[in-house]
Formats: sequence, structure tokens, C-alpha cells
Amino acid sequence: MTASPTTLKDVSTVSGITVRLAGDSGDGMQLLGTQLTNTSALAGNDVATFPDFPAEIRAPRGTRAGVSGFQVRFASEEIFTPGDHLDALVVMNPAAMVTNLGDLRKGGILIANEDGFNEKEFKLAKVESNPLDASVIEEVYRVIKVPMTTLTRDAVAAHGLSQKIADRCKNFFAMGLVYWLFGRSLDPTLRFIQDKFGKKPDIAAANEAALRAGWAYGETTEAFGESYQVEAAELEKGTYRNMMGNQALAWGLVAASKLSSKDMFYGTYPITPASDILHELTRFKNFGVRTFQAEDEIAAVCATIGAAFGGTMAVTASSGPGIALKAEAMGLGMMLELPMIVINVQRGGPSTGLPTKTEQSDLLQCMFGRNGESPLPILAPRSPGDCFDIAVEAWRIATECMCPVVILSDGYIANGSEPWKIPDVAKLPKIEVKHPEGSDPDEPFMPYARDENLARPWAIPGTPGLMHRLGGLEKEDGTGNVSYDPANHQHMTDTRAAKVNRIAERIPDQDVYGETSGDVLLISWGGTYGACHTAVRNCRKAGHSVSHAHLRYINPMPKNLGELMKGFNKVIVPELNTGQLRMLLRAKYLVDCIGVNKIQGKPFAVSELVEAIQEHVSTAKGGKSESDVRSKAG
Amino acid sequence: MNLPVLKAADFASDQDVRWCPGCGDYSILAQMKKVLPELGVPREKTVFISGIGCSSRFPYYMNTYGMHSIHGRAPTFATGLKSTRPDLMVWVITGDGDALSIGGNHFIHCLRRNLDINIVLFNNRIYGLTKGQYSPTSTEGQVTKSTPMGSIDHPLHPLSVALAAEATFVARSIDAHVKHLGETLKRAAEHKGTSLVEVYQNCNVFNDGAMAYAQERKQRAENVVELEHGKPLIFGTNNDKAVRLVGNHLEVVNVADVPADDLLIHDEKEMNPSIQMMLARMRYPEMPEPIGVLRAVEGVATYNEQINDQVTLAKQKKGEGDLQALFNSGDTWEVA
Ligand SMILES: Cc1ncc(C[n+]2csc(CCOP(=O)(O)OP(=O)(O)O)c2C)c(N)n1
Ligand code: SF4
Repeated sequence: MTASPTTLKDVSTVSGITVRLAGDSGDGMQLLGTQLTNTSALAGNDVATFPDFPAEIRAPRGTRAGVSGFQVRFASEEIFTPGDHLDALVVMNPAAMVTNLGDLRKGGILIANEDGFNEKEFKLAKVESNPLDASVIEEVYRVIKVPMTTLTRDAVAAHGLSQKIADRCKNFFAMGLVYWLFGRSLDPTLRFIQDKFGKKPDIAAANEAALRAGWAYGETTEAFGESYQVEAAELEKGTYRNMMGNQALAWGLVAASKLSSKDMFYGTYPITPASDILHELTRFKNFGVRTFQAEDEIAAVCATIGAAFGGTMAVTASSGPGIALKAEAMGLGMMLELPMIVINVQRGGPSTGLPTKTEQSDLLQCMFGRNGESPLPILAPRSPGDCFDIAVEAWRIATECMCPVVILSDGYIANGSEPWKIPDVAKLPKIEVKHPEGSDPDEPFMPYARDENLARPWAIPGTPGLMHRLGGLEKEDGTGNVSYDPANHQHMTDTRAAKVNRIAERIPDQDVYGETSGDVLLISWGGTYGACHTAVRNCRKAGHSVSHAHLRYINPMPKNLGELMKGFNKVIVPELNTGQLRMLLRAKYLVDCIGVNKIQGKPFAVSELVEAIQEHVSTAKGGKSESDVRSKAG
Repeated sequence: MNLPVLKAADFASDQDVRWCPGCGDYSILAQMKKVLPELGVPREKTVFISGIGCSSRFPYYMNTYGMHSIHGRAPTFATGLKSTRPDLMVWVITGDGDALSIGGNHFIHCLRRNLDINIVLFNNRIYGLTKGQYSPTSTEGQVTKSTPMGSIDHPLHPLSVALAAEATFVARSIDAHVKHLGETLKRAAEHKGTSLVEVYQNCNVFNDGAMAYAQERKQRAENVVELEHGKPLIFGTNNDKAVRLVGNHLEVVNVADVPADDLLIHDEKEMNPSIQMMLARMRYPEMPEPIGVLRAVEGVATYNEQINDQVTLAKQKKGEGDLQALFNSGDTWEVA
């Protein structure tokens, strides 16, 4: 295998590129996107990605509903989002073009697979004529038409594949062309082709030929005068790898299991976008991971509780609809006071909602969606890489407190990726887990005696002398016996709440980006971190008095948060829901937070947030803005 | 080593038993306490997991580890526990409503996975704890609080369901037939794989006498046939009746009228559950109802064995997991 060729054309250096690859859901756009991401990360760029695919596995070919897209931004500076506007858009057919063109910036590059633009495709995409022929297109964008299908067929002809299979290689052709345009090395993808198709040498050879042909096309055609280069980003020193959110959650769980010297049990039922955690964890049996694909979500969470009772690190995950099913058992887990982790990878709701799109609308579900007073700690990762740390932290809290801990991730984080600095395992703090030892059988065992964290002992079956019975009926303090005593119920309810609230004593204070007082404080949580951080950074550069607090701990909240909010004239809370965190903040701190809310299955664009911040900064010193009035009326 | 010999009383917890006086649950509790010392499994290695219902209060009364969980889900808690702690002896205590109505799904899946646990299903053909609504095992036409004009549901038969799920151990016993009950529980405990014991249990408050034909000593001989492996199905006050297979159905004959070779010999070890299913479908009053072990097949791998074997195999193949090696695998790059 020969290595990457090098270009002889002009190369201009830019600080960052945002490119989106869009085609039919069968065109291999996700693969193309993932390869481009990995290759860019390996080149030392900071990267952020946003895959966006249809809910149907194979939506009708060529239609707008079937368009699958993958957006990646790679940059020589630290970035937090995959970008609002595209510098380049690659489209494989008319449907992909008309649904994505709106995001391409003026002067941006549009690369179209000319072969995909014919009468049949126009009909499928519901366009009257060839959208590439519209005169405005050539005026506004740099349009490059490439007959990718024909060129791919020529390139792979020598390998004697059927036309259908040959045509499937065209995503590698597109990849080669994109790699040339942005000065990417072919090597990682050549390695990938060998790994993936090594057992089918003719397919491997054809894909490689298509990849190289795409690259050569860029180098030889007159259409491209120059290519672009993005230098390595100045990231913190260390060894990096590219990391996706669900993968990071899985790895964080395995790490937590090792750090606490516990085997892991993972009980789950498939659901988008949580399933990949299961797929990833099944690879780790040699780490002592047992995965259980249950008959439904209820079985999954209950088996998890059973494993926790036995003394294992127990984890379950789902998305909103599955969490709804788990609710009764989560209440039991809280009542039994057993440590475990419940992950919700949120997606658009309600009900089946928008399965492949992102949303943050399960916060109140996780906070309150159980019968009775049932408080649980809630943590939320802010980015794909942060999922690793959150998983470890969740397990630490669960064992310290003896209760289930909820992790609220979302589809955007789960499928997105970013460079992840590989930690030194030896330096990761251990998680000390204690089980009481067998005691004198004549001494009555107190399964609900409490330590300084108000946690009860994790006595596990098999230990002599500590036999006890747990259950969902109210427990008498100390003995754990069933009790209907009114005063005891009050006491136990208060104690369970106090136990969760006390976690605030042991978590870090809320950190702030910017000053600790000023005109506007923006408070965010979860996957909107990148967009919020970038928006605040841009506004600060423009001289505005605005700071940013991003919550990773949602229940309980950091203990300085109330004080912090008081230092600002206005607090704005952007969320991909209709105002769930805002409701909690208002209720808890009696601060009149202002919502910036979007619920379209799409992440925030930085520009949307910048606009919102600017509007509020301008009025923060004095009167009320129009949207204050609106949000109050709503 | 001299291990202390435990007695039934050692398995009693310090909690007051709160079932209605006369409830069949007492007898099942007593037999369980009697059988456990005979099994030689220490109390701390024994776990009772129940769902919700009168019967599901059972774990509170045992001086072992226990969990009173949520309605219908006990088999799933047992799945998580036994998969991670195969060293424990796990019992699931459930009722007809608990196991077959809300928990029907889990009941089937637990049996088909052949998790090595014991399920004891207290069948009183009624909802006791919620005060007398009909259950999935109530007979057609049964008048209850929620079916004043009679139940229109066709009943579900737990043994048939279990056999359909190809359970490896399927048995039935009766609360009032204490010796038989004790022996059946013991055999269930000794079985490797999921064992299901349906126990006819009288709810003397909401469904009194529903199974008197099988429970009362005098009627029992005529209405019940006690299965024994390798023996013909003989029953009747004077042991004068038997069951034989004609074509593809079972019928009752007088022992005196047919040659001994004609009688059906019970085979609990037969892998093909067809005849066992026929036994499960023998119902009063047309037929005597079988009690004892309908099916006890060996050599089927258990879920807990297999999930743990895969872990062992993976460790042999790939070596004990190394976090740092995992983190550094694949494509990485240095930032200097
Ligand atoms: C989710 C849920 N639904 C309903 C109930 C109410 N409930 C408690 S026990 C029971 C039926 C129990 O019947 P069975 O299993 O036959 O037990 P028995 O009381 O007869 O022993 C019901 C419906 C509940 N506790 N939880
Ligand atoms: S209601 Fe019926 S099943 Fe429940 S304790 Fe009373 S007699 Fe037993």
C-alpha cells in the first residue's frame, strides 16, 4: 500500500472549515463523515461533528425524507460546535441539495454529484427542474459539478464488480475529493478500508481505487484552483483520540468499574440513541462486563437493581420512552437505597417523538417523573468527551450516597465527537466501595443505619449475620422493617431528600466563564454547552458584560449558584425545550430567569444565541426587553 | 467441619406474619422453612425475591436475604442477581396476578432463558391484596368484585405457559397437601435451571374453596393424580382409575378394564413436551388434575452459567481488560 500523495497546486491556509456531506440514506454519508472526522482529528485539528440522519432506516430513495447528512468542523483553534454555516457542501442528489443549500454561506463551495441530477431524481426530490441550473446558484456559490458515479465506475472497472457494487464505492470517491480539497491524508482511511474489507480483497481494492481517483480528480481538474489547509490546533499537551459521546459513556463506565474494583452489569433494551452504549459495552467482557439485553425496559432496570443488591456495579440506559417505563423501578431503587446508574440519552419527544433528533425535554421527567417524593441526583455531560468524566462521577456519587444516579445525555452529544485527551489511568482517583463484613448473629443488623453522607450500608447477600429484607414499602429508620408510622414516613422522606441535597457539599462550586457579576449571566446545561460557550465568548469579544455558567450537576445544584445569579442584572437560560431548567431555577432561587427556547429537533446555532444575548445585554442595565414581556406572558 | 444444623425456626424472621387467619400462604411458608435446612445452603446464601400481592410479603418472614420488589417483576430482579451472583440460591415468590397478568412477559422470558432459580407461584385464582378482583387464572364465569356478571376472560394456565416456554422444570402442588408440597419444593431447589412450582393456595377470604376439589383430603383422591416418574398415572380412592393415551388425547379408564401395558407411564425427563402439555391440560372436572413434577429435563445450559462463561472465555482470549491499553488502541495522536 503506497501512502498519501501530495498536492502540487496552491494551498491556502485557513483557521477552520465547516463541511457537510449530504446524500441519500444509502449513500454512506455517515461513514464518509466519520472518516473525515477521524482523519482531521489525527491531523491535530480540533473537531466537532453533527450527524443528522432520518428516522427510517431506508427512507424512500432520492426523497427529501431520505436525506442523511454529516457535518464536521475542523479548526486550528479550540472549537465547541460544528459551526452554524457551511464553507463547503457536498451533495449526492437533488434532494440533498435543496434541503441543505440554505446553510451554505455565500461564496461557499458546492460540490455536486452531477450523475445524481436527472429527471428521475428531480421527481423524487419534488423539484421542477435541475436546481444546479438555476442562475443564482452560480452567482452566490462556487459550484463544482463532478460526474462521480461515472468516474467511480471507470476507476473501479478493473476490479470486475457488478455495477451495483461498483456504484456503492462513490462515497469513497467523494471522500478522496474532499480529502484533496482540505489537504487530508488518505492513510487513516486506507487503513480503515483494509481493516473493514480485508476479507473481501476485491471490494477493498475497489474502494481504495475510488478514494484515490477522487483525490486525483481534485489534483488534475481545472475546477479547483487551490486547496485548503487547516493547521493543527493548540490543544493541551497530551495524547488524543477522537471520541463520540456514547462511546465515552461506555468507556467511563468501564473505567468506573475498574476504579472501584467492581464487575459491571449493564441491563438495557435497544432504543435510539442509547443503543450504541450497549454495542460498545459488549466488547468489554474481558473487563468483567456482563451485558443483558432484556425483554423490555422494565426488565432491564429491575435486573439492574437485582445486580446492585448482589453488590455489583449496576447500570441501565434508555431514552425518554424507556425511562418512562423504568419510572416505577427507579422509585424502588431510591427506596431500597442501592447504588446504580440510570442513563437517559434524550431524544425529541413526547411519545416516540423525533427518534433521531436531539432535545433536552426529559429533565423534568427525570427530576419528578416517579410516584411520591422520589428525589434522585442528576448529572449532565456537556460534550462527548465529558461523558467519560460524568460516568465516573455518577458512580462515585451513587456509592457514596447509596442511591440511583441519573445521567442526562442527549442525541447530539451521543453521536457527536471531539478530540479526547487520553487520561493516565494510574492517576485517576480510586472509588472506595465498602461492604460491611459479617457480624455476630446475635447483634441485630441495622440495614438503614446511616453514615455522615446519610448513606446506609451496602450489605450484600452471602455475608453471614447481615440478613435483611428490602422492599418498596416504607422503611422504619435504622431497622429497615416495614413501617406505616406517620412520623417515621415524614422522617424518612426528609432524610432521603436531605441525602440528595447533601451531595452539594461535596461537588465543586459552579464555575463561571467571565466575571462573577455583570449585566447578563447565561446558564446552560447538557449538550448546548458548545453553542452557549461560543456565543458568550463572541459577545465578550464584542465588549458585552456577559458571563456563562454551565451546569453539570443539576440535582442538587452547586451550592454557590443562587449567590452567583444574584450578581447579574439578568439571567438567561437557553434550552432545547420550553423552559425546564428555567422552571427549576425560578422555583428554587426566586430569580426571574429568561428563557431562550427552541424545540425543533436541532441544536442551537451560535448566531441565535448571540442575538438573544445582545438583546438582553442592551436592556439589562435599564428597562425590560420585549422578550421578557413575552416570556412572562407565556 | 461440623456445621451447625439449622432448624425450620432458624429461617423465621422476627417479623409478625400478617396473612388472614386460615390463608393457604401459611402452609407454604411452613413447608419452605422445613425444606430449607434440608438443602444445606446457608441462610446468608439464600435470597427470596417477590413481586406484589399477599403472597409476595413472603420474604419479610424469612430470615434470609430478601427483596419485596414491584408488581410482576420479581423474575427480572432475580435475573440481575443470579447473573452476577451465581453462588446464591434464589427463590422467586409470586402470585397468579403477579406472575401471569402484569408479569406475564417476564415470566415467559425467565423460563425460556433457564436462569437457575426457583419460582413458586401461589395460585389462588383471585387478586387477594387488592381485595377480590378476578385474576388471569379465574375460571370463566367467575363472579368477583370486578366481574359481577361473571368473568368473560378465558383463563391462562401457568403450567401450559411454562411448557410452551420450554421450561426445564415444571411442577404443581397443593397448600393443604403438606408432605407433597415439601417434597416438590425440595425437588425444585435441586433442579439446575428455572424451576416452576405452581401451588394451589386457598384464599379463604375472597375465593374460599375454589380448589376444594383438590385441596380437601376426601375429594383429592378422586380429582387429583400424583405423578411419579416411570410410573403409571393411577388415582382414585381405591387406586382403581388410571389415565391412558388414545390416539392424540388422554382418557380415564378403570384399571381393571385394561391391560397394564396400555396405561400411560409418566416420563418427566422427555425433552419433547407434547405429552407433558397434555398432562397440563387435564382439568377438573373432566379429568383428574396432575400434581407433582410434570417435567424435569437436564443438560440445558442456564443463563447465569452462559453469561459468566462468556466473561471467562473473553478473559482467556483477550486477557484481563487493561484500561490504558484500551484508551491507547486505534488511532491516536500527540500534541506536544
Ligand atoms: C403497578 C401496580 N399495579 C397494581 C398494583 C395493585 N396490586 C397489588 S397486588 C395486585 C394483584 C395481586 O394478585 P396476586 O398476584 O394473585 O396475589 P395475591 O394477593 O392473590 O397473593 C395488584 C393488582 C400495584 N401494587 N402495582
Ligand atoms: S386475602 Fe386471601 S390470599 Fe390474601 S392473606 Fe387473606 S386469605 Fe390470604
